[in-house]
Amino acid sequence: MSDIVELEIKKLNFFYSGGIATLKNISLPVYRNSVTAIIGPSGCGKTTLLRCFNRMHDLYPGNRYEGEITFKGKDILSKEIDLIDLRSHIGMVFQKPTPFPMSIFDNIAYGLKLRGTRKKAELSGHVEKALKHAALWDEVKDKLHSSAYALSGGQQQRLVIARALAVKPEVLLFDEPCSALDPIATAKIEELIQELKKDYTIVIVTHNMQQAARVSDKAAFLMMGELIEFDKTDKIFTNPEKKITEDYITGRFG
Amino acid sequence: MPVLFKKNAGDRIFSLVTAVSSLSVLALIAGILWVLLAESSPAIEKFGFFRFITSTDWNPVTESFGAATNLFGTAVTTVLSLLIAVPVAIGIAIFITEVAPHYLKGPIGVAIELLAAIPSIIYGMWGLFTLVPIMSHYVEPALQNTIGKLPFIGILFKGTPMGIDLLTASVILSIMIIPFTASIARDAFNLTPAVMKESAYALGATKWEAIKNIVFSYSKLGVFGGIVLSLGRALGETMAIAFVLGNNHRITSSLLDAAATITVTLANEFTEADTDIYLSSLFYLALILFVLSFITLAIAKLFLLKAERRYSR
Repeated sequence: MSDIVELEIKKLNFFYSGGIATLKNISLPVYRNSVTAIIGPSGCGKTTLLRCFNRMHDLYPGNRYEGEITFKGKDILSKEIDLIDLRSHIGMVFQKPTPFPMSIFDNIAYGLKLRGTRKKAELSGHVEKALKHAALWDEVKDKLHSSAYALSGGQQQRLVIARALAVKPEVLLFDEPCSALDPIATAKIEELIQELKKDYTIVIVTHNMQQAARVSDKAAFLMMGELIEFDKTDKIFTNPEKKITEDYITGRFG
Repeated sequence: MPVLFKKNAGDRIFSLVTAVSSLSVLALIAGILWVLLAESSPAIEKFGFFRFITSTDWNPVTESFGAATNLFGTAVTTVLSLLIAVPVAIGIAIFITEVAPHYLKGPIGVAIELLAAIPSIIYGMWGLFTLVPIMSHYVEPALQNTIGKLPFIGILFKGTPMGIDLLTASVILSIMIIPFTASIARDAFNLTPAVMKESAYALGATKWEAIKNIVFSYSKLGVFGGIVLSLGRALGETMAIAFVLGNNHRITSSLLDAAATITVTLANEFTEADTDIYLSSLFYLALILFVLSFITLAIAKLFLLKAERRYSR
């Protein structure tokens, strides 16, 4: 984990189109080459916060941000930001695996093709690299041109990770990436996340306390749209500042 | 079969009533088919199958009848109207599902449904009194002066632009099937899971790229089914084009010529059919239309069913 701040969230408020604040005055740093976990009870705004980082909320009308998120010296919440460009720097992996209805190869190559890479040889190189990076290469190298739906759930999730890696982002957002997977597939993804943080900055939303404790360096505890506590994961899990954090982590509510 | 279960009397009567209502539909279809077969049998015997559908004769005086001119008119108007309607309908569906701001989605959707609710005879009247003059004065001369001058394709636009012709009929038909195709395409597009679209956007796709690569590949079966259903509608549509087609039993190379379709021939000539073989030939035409419609409907259902099975999980 480095001391460089990759994403700096400052006084972030977020409103869904109804108008009620879903995130209230959230400030926290996300450090480069670290894993930051966002934890908290259902409906606390974890996923909402995560989806601010790649401006996913802009897909739906009426959503509104206030505050600032600084990334590479720019406020990514400003109107001038090119969302297409932003999303190629900040990738996202969803709850359920979302392979596209195309071959394994084309899934990985999709993001590259969007960016204008057309040469077959160049694409193949990038696809292989991304699949190796996502620890999937050995399992799929002989069937690159068969449908992505033929893979198991865990493999599909790693495929989706590889797809996100292929466009060379700096930050990867994981929205409960293991909630649809069995324990073995989950372990593989967690191992992969540990591996990936050498090269990427990772933010992960998770319902699973053990998972947060296992994979993350820093943890942010959210409740009712407010940031209750943000600290080193060890600290949060062994000696939290606030009583309510302790109650949640020990399973007294949630 | 629910009627076989042991139930109390009320339940039994209820089951029986519903079963009888449903079975009556099957009986009706069988009845219609039987009438068509019985009435057309003299013509079937006299002209056979292949001779009937390939013969361009339609001569009440010599009592020689063939379906080719009617099949030609039906095929041309159907295909041409689909060519016009499908791109527009898909454009509408994309706009409603993916592009339009929230406050426009509702009004446009309702307007499209209203368009579908207009009785076809009104389209026919509008076509004759409004569209025909527009076509003959402006559109058709313009077409003749532009693509009509090209080699090969030019042949499609030869002749005097009267407005009562295959092209005008196809335009009216296309307006009639646009709402239908658009609403089926819209439903098919809506089957695309939101998270799949988000995945494409998360990779940096533009709106068009997400629609082209994700929405289309999820909905192509459904859209295709919708197109085939529209084809079925266009096949059977009568009143909208009866006034503007000219009822001309000829196979022509120009779209600016009058022609006849199966439906229009049936509508216009039943009252004139003074001989048994004439009447029987009309029934034969009806039988062909029945079978064609049945086949297209079956194909459409097959696609839509497949689409639902694959993606609605």
